[in-house]
Amino acid sequence: MEGKSSVKLLGAFQSPFSNRVQIALNLKSVDYEYLEQTFDSKSELLLKSNPVHKKIPVMIHDDKPICESLIIIQYIDEQWTSGPTILPTEAYDRALARFWAAYLDDKLFPCLFEYCITEPEEEKPTKFERVREGLALLEEAFMKTSKGKTFFGGENIGLLDISFGSFLGLLKTGEKMMNVKILEESTTPNLVAWADCFLSHQAVKGVVPETDVLVELAKKLKPMEKSHPKN
Amino acid sequence: MAEEGSSVKLLGLWPSPYVNRVQISLKLKSIDYEFIEEPFGPKSDLLLKSNPAHKKIPVFFHNQRAISESLIIVQYIDEQWSSGHSILPSNPLDRANARFWAAYADDEWFPALKNILMASEEERLVLEVKMKEGLAFLEETFVKSSEGKAFFGGDDISFLDIAFGSFLGWLKAVEKLTGVSFLDESSVPHLVVWADNFLSHEAVNGIIPEPDALVEVAKMIKAMVESQAKN
Repeated sequence: MEGKSSVKLLGAFQSPFSNRVQIALNLKSVDYEYLEQTFDSKSELLLKSNPVHKKIPVMIHDDKPICESLIIIQYIDEQWTSGPTILPTEAYDRALARFWAAYLDDKLFPCLFEYCITEPEEEKPTKFERVREGLALLEEAFMKTSKGKTFFGGENIGLLDISFGSFLGLLKTGEKMMNVKILEESTTPNLVAWADCFLSHQAVKGVVPETDVLVELAKKLKPMEKSHPKN
Repeated sequence: MAEEGSSVKLLGLWPSPYVNRVQISLKLKSIDYEFIEEPFGPKSDLLLKSNPAHKKIPVFFHNQRAISESLIIVQYIDEQWSSGHSILPSNPLDRANARFWAAYADDEWFPALKNILMASEEERLVLEVKMKEGLAFLEETFVKSSEGKAFFGGDDISFLDIAFGSFLGWLKAVEKLTGVSFLDESSVPHLVVWADNFLSHEAVNGIIPEPDALVEVAKMIKAMVESQAKN
């Protein structure tokens, strides 16, 4: 097992991207030093380790920084090969996992964010419809990749579980603040069941913040920034 | 060993750098395939059916399973046909760096290049700065990753060569259209040499379109966009 100091994670507790890396490290039982970055100012270490994007998460392993959450997760999977695998073993399954993880980041989450911050009420239904369409695709993807088991990754959580699951805190926050159901039994029954299983997984517990905490944070940050920090 | 032509297909368009990436990867691995030309204009049924999430080319078919997103396809090809030339580096840190810079080229750099053609004078200057900044990052990355050899991958082309090199046709087309020199000896001397080496590599030769051909495509797209804006 690696010594604690050789792995550092620059993160923020409320960031799903940061949570992703924590979950991956927990899965592999890698000890690490967690350095919480504040929302309003960027530390010297962050600016030095991620000069291109200046964003968290950044994982530093043996003084080498790695950035972008999905890239970090794949690095963790490839570097620590003992323990559960995060990417599937078959090439096609890996391609599917990467595809849907990228879809989440490039399409679904921005749609969800846009829906949450859209101001005129009359515009909300159209935005919500786009979120629903995206979730329907994920429901279908779940049925394909889970192969009848509990997670996108099958019996164990994998890349796609981590990528999507890390956003469940924000998703539930949106549901609470706007009094809507985004993940619903009638439209996405598999995802509803999956969400509960994911959040109670031992590698996830304590990482994705409680909804109440995120609701308080969201109220403080209103009006929210138009641009969501994506990485 | 080459696959039978019928089980490997690529749906694409010749001017697309994303399609070119897949073509280069298939050539590197000596894989026979059927190229299905997607028509310019309204999207084909095949495209809409095989990539409902994004409705974009390239779509890669192997044994009737469809995979989308060029960098995901390239990794699939590398993992599925694992004998012969390796496209991803073998070391996890090198892989993470290659993925990082490929994502940077896609998310930050190429969008700046694409937008330059439709941009106003003022916007153009901002985009030019962004492109030059990106090239400076890539020059530095090249020096580190090539270790004195011809390509980002060292002795032979690899993931980042393909990811970034696929944009060279369009870069040269934009240089012609704007009169601005981006790949220039004084600012990015290593990239200038690399570009020549990349474009004359046997797996690349004939795949990246000539800049003049792309200039014509750019003019055609610009005319279409402008006429749609008028209507």
